Amino acid sequence: MNYSWNWSVLVQDPYAQWLVWGLAMTMTISVAALAIALVVGTGVGVLHSSHNRVAGVMTGIYVSVFRNVPLLLQMFLWFFVVPEILPGGAGRWLKRDLPHPEIVTAIVALGLFTGSRIAVQVSAGIDAVPRGQRAAARATGLSAWQAYRFVLLPQAVRIIIPPLTSEILTIFKNSSIALTIGVYELTAQTQQIQSITYQGFEAFTAATVIYVAIALAVTLMMRRVENWTALPGTISGGVHVRF
Amino acid sequence: MNIRPRAVLGAFVICMLSASWAEAQSSDGVIDRIRSRGAISIGYRDSSIPFSYVDAQGKPQGYSNDICLEVAQTVKSAIGLTDLQIKMVPVNLQNRIPLVANGTVDISCESAVNTIARQSQVDFSYPFFISQTRLLVKSKSGIVELKDLDGKAIALPINSVPERLIKSLIEKDKLNVRVVAVKDNAEGFLALSTDRVDAFSTDDILLFGLRSKAPTPSDYSVVGAPLSYDSYGLLVQKNSTVFLSLVNATLSRMARDGRLQKLYEKWFVPIDVPLSPVLATVLKIIAIPE
Repeated sequence: MNYSWNWSVLVQDPYAQWLVWGLAMTMTISVAALAIALVVGTGVGVLHSSHNRVAGVMTGIYVSVFRNVPLLLQMFLWFFVVPEILPGGAGRWLKRDLPHPEIVTAIVALGLFTGSRIAVQVSAGIDAVPRGQRAAARATGLSAWQAYRFVLLPQAVRIIIPPLTSEILTIFKNSSIALTIGVYELTAQTQQIQSITYQGFEAFTAATVIYVAIALAVTLMMRRVENWTALPGTISGGVHVRF
Repeated sequence: MNIRPRAVLGAFVICMLSASWAEAQSSDGVIDRIRSRGAISIGYRDSSIPFSYVDAQGKPQGYSNDICLEVAQTVKSAIGLTDLQIKMVPVNLQNRIPLVANGTVDISCESAVNTIARQSQVDFSYPFFISQTRLLVKSKSGIVELKDLDGKAIALPINSVPERLIKSLIEKDKLNVRVVAVKDNAEGFLALSTDRVDAFSTDDILLFGLRSKAPTPSDYSVVGAPLSYDSYGLLVQKNSTVFLSLVNATLSRMARDGRLQKLYEKWFVPIDVPLSPVLATVLKIIAIPE
């Protein structure tokens, strides 16, 4: 192959800076979306496990819609279609007056998409807590809210740490889809370096290394959290050796 | 008995040497590859209308495509093949340069702008089209130039040459223009038609194409002084001088005998883009005699 390699583009100005900005944008979108996803996911997951029929149907619709429509399509719908459906003034505000509409849209879309997946995990985690725990909590006089807060959720969260780790890894990777609505995150900056220097392989190698580094850091952090929160004698209590 | 094998061997060596010496003048990596495969692989795009795109039957079509079919004829007669197969290979913006560089594609025939940076990876043929960066706006908006966009918004294709150009012009003139980066031309047009932005800017030929496909083309206008001068070339592997000269000879011959101008009319008149004076001059310049 007649490719002339030039690794020095990665440390040249302004390309090194673009990578840093891209990384910062990727982190911002991912962390903000993760916050939304955790709040929405926990709320919906709890409602879904509450055996209330109306709540069950509503949360079921949310999960089915947001989990089954591809993220790429969701980003596009939020960015281009939603402002057209809303009444004129609101749509115009979303399109024109909202600061950085593409970044806000990306965070909301990624947050709600991941939230639907976390909701399923939370709800499954609550179901996985031995049934007697719920009964015992109510029998000792705790309200439903207190039962969730002090008995069910603390155990459920410990159970779902491994799938939650995957979800957090995925949110960082999925943040790259924000480039399709014009957010200059890491992948977009990488493409920009390629489109200017034609040293695409070097730029993509750098992005790959950065994504892997983020993923490894998240994995290590979550493993520490898991070890630190483990309760001996419960389903989540053993220290597991896994990826 | 001892001498004859040596004589034969000697004659053979001389033949081989002279053969390779003769070859060296009329052959290079790409020519050798085409000869050994009996096929030329042509890169095409799926939606670079009207340069290179796929029609309803899934067949590659377009102005650049027609030029490359002529190139294949030139190559076929130049290397004396009775039969040359044409292999069409789909390429996109991201992979076209690597695919030409690594030899998967012998010649990429679409709408690649010749830039110094790209020349570090591939070689370009003579120019066969000139595009200029201009603005697509709604006819009623009254916007004529970039400066009219002060306080307004513009859509630009993400990571493109026009994007960098317009951003630098906005910075130079200290204009307050919000930039919305879009993934492709269809999204750029969508942003303009839904009033997310007041203008969409890229190569004027692509803007004319978008306008011609709009529900009511007269609602949109391509406006503004040309902001750039971009010449399109066919991409070939670096340092394939023999092949490149066959490609350029084809373009020269077509420009000289008027076939290139005919092809232009075939592809560009239907979308209402008459031959510009700049391109007419360029076609005269590349019409080098045999």
